[in-house]
Amino acid sequence: MLGVIIILIILLFIFNRAYIHRTRILAYFIEDTKEAKAIRSTKEVHGESFVTKYIFSTDHKMIAKQYLLTGIFWAVIGGLLSLLIRVQLGMPEMDLDWLEPVLGRWITDGRIDPEYYLSAVTMHGAIMMFMVLTAGLSGTFSNLLIPLQIGARDMASGFLNMLSYWFFFISSCFFLATLVVETGPPMGGWVVYPPLSVLPQAAPGSGMGMTLYILGFVTFIISILLAGLNYITTVINLRTVGMSFSRLPLTVWALFFTAILALFSFPVLLTSFLLLFFDRSFGTSFYLSDIYIAGEALAYSGGSPLIYQHLFWFLGHPEVYIIFLPALGITSEIISTCSRKPIFGYWFMVLAMLAIVFLSYVVWAHHMFTSGMDPFLGTVFTITTVIIAVPSAIKTFNYIATLWGGSIHFTPAMLFSIGLISFLMSGGLTGIIIGNSPLDIQLHDTYYIVAHFHLVMGALAFFGMFAGIYHWFPKMFGRMMNKKLGYIHFWITFIGTYLVFMPMHFIGMAGFPRRYYTFTAFQYMDRFNNLNLFITIASIITFAAQLIFLYNFFYSMYKGKKAPRNPWKSNTLEWTTEKVVPGHGNWEGSIPTVYRWPYDYSKPGAPDDFIPQNIPLMQTKDSNTEEENNILERQRL
Amino acid sequence: MTEILFYITGVLLLIIFYLVYKALRLLYISKKRPLTSVKSNDVNAYLMLAFLLLFLGGFWGYSFYVSDEGLAEAASEHGDRVDKLFWIATTVILIPFTLLHILLFWAAFRFRHKKDRSAKYYPYNFKLEISWTVITAGTLIALIAMGIILWSDVKSPPPKEAEVVEILGAQYVWFIRYPGTDGKLGKTDYRLIDDKNSFGMNLNDPAATDDFTPPRIHIPKGQPVLFLIRSRDVIHSVFAPHFRLKMDAVPGMTTQFWFIPKYTTEEMRSKTGNPDFNYEIACAEICGRGHFAMKMIIVVEEPEDYREWYQQQRSWVSQHPAYLSNHGNQNKYK
Ligand code: HEM
Ligand SMILES: [Cu+2]
Ligand SMILES: [Cu+2]
Repeated sequence: MLGVIIILIILLFIFNRAYIHRTRILAYFIEDTKEAKAIRSTKEVHGESFVTKYIFSTDHKMIAKQYLLTGIFWAVIGGLLSLLIRVQLGMPEMDLDWLEPVLGRWITDGRIDPEYYLSAVTMHGAIMMFMVLTAGLSGTFSNLLIPLQIGARDMASGFLNMLSYWFFFISSCFFLATLVVETGPPMGGWVVYPPLSVLPQAAPGSGMGMTLYILGFVTFIISILLAGLNYITTVINLRTVGMSFSRLPLTVWALFFTAILALFSFPVLLTSFLLLFFDRSFGTSFYLSDIYIAGEALAYSGGSPLIYQHLFWFLGHPEVYIIFLPALGITSEIISTCSRKPIFGYWFMVLAMLAIVFLSYVVWAHHMFTSGMDPFLGTVFTITTVIIAVPSAIKTFNYIATLWGGSIHFTPAMLFSIGLISFLMSGGLTGIIIGNSPLDIQLHDTYYIVAHFHLVMGALAFFGMFAGIYHWFPKMFGRMMNKKLGYIHFWITFIGTYLVFMPMHFIGMAGFPRRYYTFTAFQYMDRFNNLNLFITIASIITFAAQLIFLYNFFYSMYKGKKAPRNPWKSNTLEWTTEKVVPGHGNWEGSIPTVYRWPYDYSKPGAPDDFIPQNIPLMQTKDSNTEEENNILERQRL
Repeated sequence: MTEILFYITGVLLLIIFYLVYKALRLLYISKKRPLTSVKSNDVNAYLMLAFLLLFLGGFWGYSFYVSDEGLAEAASEHGDRVDKLFWIATTVILIPFTLLHILLFWAAFRFRHKKDRSAKYYPYNFKLEISWTVITAGTLIALIAMGIILWSDVKSPPPKEAEVVEILGAQYVWFIRYPGTDGKLGKTDYRLIDDKNSFGMNLNDPAATDDFTPPRIHIPKGQPVLFLIRSRDVIHSVFAPHFRLKMDAVPGMTTQFWFIPKYTTEEMRSKTGNPDFNYEIACAEICGRGHFAMKMIIVVEEPEDYREWYQQQRSWVSQHPAYLSNHGNQNKYK
């Protein structure tokens, strides 16, 4: 209740602010009036107090940093939860009494309670997917890169942008509250299927914990929608002169598609949670029917849990691509830059992403092959699901073709990008197996699935995020991260990740179900004990390696080597700002004009192995292609 | 076989050691002179190669090592076909898995930055793009075709003569009900459920009077069996890995799965060399604190033994006669 009131007050506040700033906001959206142009092209000159600079900032770069830091915070929590899970599975004998100050009554006799185990699984999944890899990844890099790479002074609406971060912040608070509430966090897996998530009789976490979880999601969705609208508007309206869509860096394409994907799928999640909320609080029966629990027949009748599953996965599946696309966008840029070679098949990369966007809306029910839905749907969704592997394969081939014949510089960002391609293959290929409905019968909800999605979504997106951080750290903080620590971080993490998730395929094939507290109750699971121990040790080592990263990150923020203006000799516009870390408005003089696509690396005839996008064709007569010379010719006439 | 594997492993390890050594040596040399980017580049390039060998060697080696521990032999007829498709599809994905990893890490190694070589400006090749798109799509369409044919067979309507078993999920236990001699399951209503009447059987329905509820599932070998699956509280999922069978138990609806078991429990005991072997059902959909221990045992028997067992079962009502006189209550939910 209190939460709702707080949200209402905040909303009022927002509307009030929005009203006061209406001319400004409108100006951002209406392109052609003189005032609008004037507003957009003037650098904002206003005194910045600490609060407006660091907290309620409307500068996209500061907002990006806020997203990043919040994301890192959540990554640590999500990681610790996964260790808790792994310790229970691999070292069940370990004495966990020392955790009692934190977990309280969820620790009995040195062991974690089965219910809290389920909570840990749930919160780990939700935190990793939404807080870290949706907000932390796409929030950070959309904010940082979209305006800088398209040559804009800021987002279309800096104000909405700020709001979107602060809604995310509120959502984070709800999630934190969920973690510590007396009756425990929700215990139904991150998908929180009803009836389990509706009935506190079925699991205590479905009480207050679940309410907070829903509130967390509602605020999160508001944040995503505000942000998405902003990204889309910015990309469409604020590209600088010459930055046609065909010259857009693939990063921006990816972030643009991600925003579209989010904009059309998150509202459906909102709907499904709203109905869930009604069932929980007002006794409606959208999802429930014929329930007898705790000695009592409940009054629900006529609903179906399958409706929830359909609604949920209508978001749930696009969500994995919302996580996946930004990572691929980031690495497309890095792989091209660090191989000193144009990205191979630019338009095929764009079309592949477009295909993924469309197809990802029509594959959701592959999560429901064994749910009891009509088998005919199984056939339909097998076809669409396996077909979605085609664009992903195209992307993989193009990446390898980009590397082929390049001149590869192994910066830490590049290493993580290569690791990402490896995960794309090893995780993506198993998708072809589990997307095939008859094969999914055996593998659904086993560790095979856990292996699959951790590789293709978890590890992949994390590597994209690491790559992005190493690559754009100079742009954010004006300093370089330590390379050697980066290398060590990469190799331990890369090997460790494979050691954690590869073996899970075998465990899954043997029929070990996921979300199991222990594997002691069944005869057929009486094996792989050593393997489970091994995985746990590997995951502890992998987690420990992230401390190297954290150290490197925070140390370099203050003590790193000062960064030059264009440390990676890159072509995109963000490296053309006068200051390494640009101020409000990004460019001190006028906005750069764009004359070429962003991938002119190692162009024959050019003196350097890169030609930034803002270098006019006039200045590169030696390296222009025939087509480019024709353009020049025409301009002269 | 194992001997060859042993030698291969040995050779692989030697090569990997060599590569790591080479990388470390480079590091060592670069310590003496100022660290140039070329050096650290070489170190990483050699590590890439070493990783490639470690990764593929480790993967294939381990796969052979656990080959019989992963997917155990299927014990149902559709299960054999599912496994066959599984191995076909797995082969199909392991080929690009291996080749593409070799290409990826080899490219990373071979095309590492060197002073005297620069990258090639080569942004595009339409034919190449189209050909890999078409090849991928073709392979996938073949897999899809095999998949949906198998799916439509597995999900085909059950044969009329199939033995019917009802499985009811409740938090942390499975309840089993057989239709009894009349071959018909009696009506139920969840509002009739109580401590003893776990199905909520409505005894006004004559078909319910001979239904029996044994503690374990018994089924005949070689004959079609139909599981009718329900839940009375949250979602559960009937997962019998040996039969390649999984179907959710959803409150408010009945789901089903039919199959033909191939081996009796006894046969499996001698096959696996485990005298205590039992077919098990696990719950595969998170359902609360006892989810990890929601177990049911399936006994597969020769058809004659099964018939005999079936005849011996006493109906539920005969064990709870009080419910027969309790009709008034039951009338409400005709
Ligand atoms: C240190 C790295 C990680 C480890 C060791 C790890 C481990 C695990 C384990 C053991 C489970 C529980 C499986 C089960 O009992 O069903 C799990 C679930 C999950 N993990 Fe991770 N994980 C890691 C990183 C990630 C990342 C980066 C993501 C981001 C997408 C992620 C997303 C999920 C999701 C969505 C679930 C499913 C939760 C559910 O079943 O509801 N994990 N993870
Ligand atoms: Cu999906
Ligand atoms: Cu369960």
